[in-house]
Amino acid sequence: MDAFVNLIALTLAAGTPLALAALGELVTEKSGVLNLGVEGMMTVGAVAAFIVAVNTHSPWLGIAAGAAAAAVLALVFAFIVLSLMANQVATGLALSLFGIGLASFVGRDYVAKVIDGLPALHLPVLSDLPIVGALFFSYSPIIYLTLALFALTQWVLTRTRAGLIVRAVGESPPAAHAIGLPVIRVRYLCVLFGGLCSGLAGAYLAVAYTPLWAEGMIAGRGWIAVALVVFATWKPWRALAGAYLFGFVTLAQFQVQAWGTAISPQFLSMLPYLATIVVLTLISRNALTVRLNAPVSLGKPFHPGD
Amino acid sequence: MNLKTLSMSVLLTAVALCCASALAAPAPDAKTEPLKVGFVYVSPIGDAGWTFQHDQARLAIEKKFGNKIQTKYIESVPEGADAERVIRDLAQNGYKLIFTTSFGFMNPTLKVANQYPKNYFEHATGFKTAKNMGFYNARFYEGRYLAGIIAGKMTKTNVAGYVASYPIPEVVMGINAFTRGMRSVNPNAQVKVVWVNSWYDPGREREAADTLVSQGADILTHHSDSTAVVQAAEAKKVYAIAYHSDMSKYAPHAQLAAVTHHWENYYTGVVQSALDGTWKPDRVWGGIKGGFIDVGPINPVVPAAVVALVNTAKADIASGKLHPFVGPMRDNEGKERLAPGQTISDEALLKMDYYVEGVQGKLPTK
Amino acid sequence: MMLRLEPRPEPSRLAVWLSPLVALLATLAIGAAIFAWLGFDPKNALAVFFIKPINSWYGVSELLLKAAPLMLIANGLALGFRANVWNIGAEGQLILGALGATGIALAFDGVEARWLLPLMLICGTVCGIAWAAIPAFLRTRFRANEILTSLMLVYVAGYLLSFLIHGPWRDPEGYNFPQSILFSASALLPTVGAEGRLNISIFFALGVALLCWLFVKKSWLGFQMRVAGLAPTAALYAGIPANRSVWLGLLAGGGCAGLAGACEVTGPLGQLTASVSPGYGFAAIIVAFVGRLHPIGIVFASLLLSLLYLGGEAAQIQLGLPSAITGLFQGALLFLLLGADVFIRYRLRFVFSRLASSDVTPSPEPAPPTLPASHH
Repeated sequence: MDAFVNLIALTLAAGTPLALAALGELVTEKSGVLNLGVEGMMTVGAVAAFIVAVNTHSPWLGIAAGAAAAAVLALVFAFIVLSLMANQVATGLALSLFGIGLASFVGRDYVAKVIDGLPALHLPVLSDLPIVGALFFSYSPIIYLTLALFALTQWVLTRTRAGLIVRAVGESPPAAHAIGLPVIRVRYLCVLFGGLCSGLAGAYLAVAYTPLWAEGMIAGRGWIAVALVVFATWKPWRALAGAYLFGFVTLAQFQVQAWGTAISPQFLSMLPYLATIVVLTLISRNALTVRLNAPVSLGKPFHPGD
Repeated sequence: MNLKTLSMSVLLTAVALCCASALAAPAPDAKTEPLKVGFVYVSPIGDAGWTFQHDQARLAIEKKFGNKIQTKYIESVPEGADAERVIRDLAQNGYKLIFTTSFGFMNPTLKVANQYPKNYFEHATGFKTAKNMGFYNARFYEGRYLAGIIAGKMTKTNVAGYVASYPIPEVVMGINAFTRGMRSVNPNAQVKVVWVNSWYDPGREREAADTLVSQGADILTHHSDSTAVVQAAEAKKVYAIAYHSDMSKYAPHAQLAAVTHHWENYYTGVVQSALDGTWKPDRVWGGIKGGFIDVGPINPVVPAAVVALVNTAKADIASGKLHPFVGPMRDNEGKERLAPGQTISDEALLKMDYYVEGVQGKLPTK
Repeated sequence: MMLRLEPRPEPSRLAVWLSPLVALLATLAIGAAIFAWLGFDPKNALAVFFIKPINSWYGVSELLLKAAPLMLIANGLALGFRANVWNIGAEGQLILGALGATGIALAFDGVEARWLLPLMLICGTVCGIAWAAIPAFLRTRFRANEILTSLMLVYVAGYLLSFLIHGPWRDPEGYNFPQSILFSASALLPTVGAEGRLNISIFFALGVALLCWLFVKKSWLGFQMRVAGLAPTAALYAGIPANRSVWLGLLAGGGCAGLAGACEVTGPLGQLTASVSPGYGFAAIIVAFVGRLHPIGIVFASLLLSLLYLGGEAAQIQLGLPSAITGLFQGALLFLLLGADVFIRYRLRFVFSRLASSDVTPSPEPAPPTLPASHH
């Protein structure tokens, strides 16, 4: 039982940064914008969070700063692809390059710093309950925040007028424009939300999970997050499940190694990626699910004055 | 747009560049030239780890030789085709003595060394030499053995967890030496290994560390470049042995000791001989004896008796009385690798591709 | 009063060549400001960054050596991008190309024959194609999104390389270090020029650029693919099978990336090592767009990106600039280059605030502005 509870806890901790970044990218893509700069935004979020946490001794301020810094970077991206209508794929890649460079530049004096990470939740009675306490009431606060954010996003996207507008803008910008929706403004906001979430994900890694700052610490998680969105066919709950599945498979292969198997660790390390491909293929076989959820105008620029 | 306008635009760009070239910098003046010493690092320097220790040594020689030398480092140089250009650029720019500090720089260093016969090249952890290229390495396993003694005495579950990067002999040697150190004082000790397939990925290292703790390891150590594993130990309230650098500020309670690298002595000697004009390519494999490797600050929670044990073993290794790999030694499949009393040869060490008794699992490359 | 963008009746020829120039000048200005802020003489720093690396034949040869794989891959990818086929897994296809070439080199180690090198290059290309065929198959058969599958396969390829180089393919005399034997002379690309290590891969890259240009401009299939990319529905009505574009787009990218990988191991590396490429497969995507998906534009974009890398190294060696500056600088230049292209199709107008709200008139969706409008 302990091993099981442990594995759940580890999976949640490992999957949370992926889930957060994927959620942000999902909303961005729902509005029809593809932002491949998640890795760069996460890196900037991580460094900003760490710098502020070091200077203020407050992990929470750090996390807020991380989210804000990544949002600023997202605004730069939004300006280039939405106002200047540049290609989104290339601009996103350039954003990653820029973000990683920026982060290592401003973070140079902080690699040597140590912080007290964000402590895990500890409720007086609940957290100390056997099994239940460990299973439900002892995680990092960010993990609960992530779950709440998912629930909120799911609700907004499917049940509210705002969600309808986002989806309409992602489906057909000309039609949305024709009925008087502010296409560009909606897209700006969605890109901004994506930046906030990516920044939060990076901040979680830097001040709660590892906690440290060093160049290259995001190590490709931003790319996984982008992949998870497609994997989830643009449905928040599937993105959440996908993120934790990915975390689980990664941890499972470490578990298998620690038991002492003869399987090559390289092949075990491939598993999460192969699993993603297989699940995606299975989902995509049903054309309807994809067509119903994929934002039709994804990646295409729109200019209202044309 | 059509071809003509496009090529036009490019032409103009080129013209602009040429105009800018007219502003190029003047050449530096050459008076009493200090010895220029270049360092090529594979990763950012950071605050701990492989490259950090090399850079500490660079700073040490800078301090020692003052204006007699001038040092320069190039960090984050990828192993591959780019490394050769960076090394050549250093040679071209008058760097007489060049240290390349990652295994993957071996063949690029050799190629440049052949083209610049008057420069001196020192490559870390490889095995090739030339008239003007030597290599140097440290017997990291000696430190690992000592750390194993501490781990063997401090573990309660008799299980240590080892987060490893890639299955190359240097790493395997470390795992085996650590295990033998542990079992020299605790015959029931077991070592579990998780390979993360990366030199540097704090997230994965953390996950591997957490996994090992969840499987009963109460002492963690690592052969990877970040501080994530000792930080994980601190968070999980288990012990840790740090590697490369002292990481006690990241894990004041968890870190029992650190197996630390020290290149200062060696670099000082090399620079001195280059200044004196007596530099010769060498094949150096230093250990505790040459001050290349040490077991860092030992945590006060380690009982004095254990510290004494470590110190004795350290002195014995330095004097040659003790070797971590002396028979009888079996691998973990029961095959005899060393007959009783037999000491392993350096050749066999450098090709080590098996786990010794006490390591769980099977080496992935077999 | 405020600024607003207004579509031009027809793409501006002036802006076509002015926009990269403006972007470059703006980057130089930003760069100069950053350098000055860091306490360097901006003129000197810019010269070190942009001029020093290429003021000798050796420098130029290094520039071309680094540009060749970018040029090759970007041209292959652009074929797909123009048809809206998003292969972003060229890095994995490159690795497979390197593996394919190495497999042949190891199988025929010691054989000194003329056919060895061509066979290695062909095998590398085929392996790259095969790796790209996976996302093509999954897309055409199961509609699996190729952005995702091709990206995931990059990681799989990386682990495959790691497995082979730490295991079966490592040099038996190499103390179990992760690298293969050094290839024999007949398995290496001939070099070009008296000094340096530039090899004939640059001619492959230029040849592929020419082929792509001919394909796009002159061939019926190229035209069909462009239509399929521009207007999928129209293409469907015209009887152009969309799947053909997907296959062709992905396989072309895979083949070029595979060839580039084969050229790396038979060229500057001369063996298989644990890291074959410093991210050429991803950088090539940027190159493709900076070159506006046009074969000739890509040739110059790859030279520019290559210069940025060399400049970053030179700045580290000669000025002691931190390596992080390079990434910052590259990112800024790419932003500006990508952003400045807006002026090809739009112009700036000063308008009064009452009309400034841009969401007034309904309009049809424009075609992606990155497409080369070849009919002008």
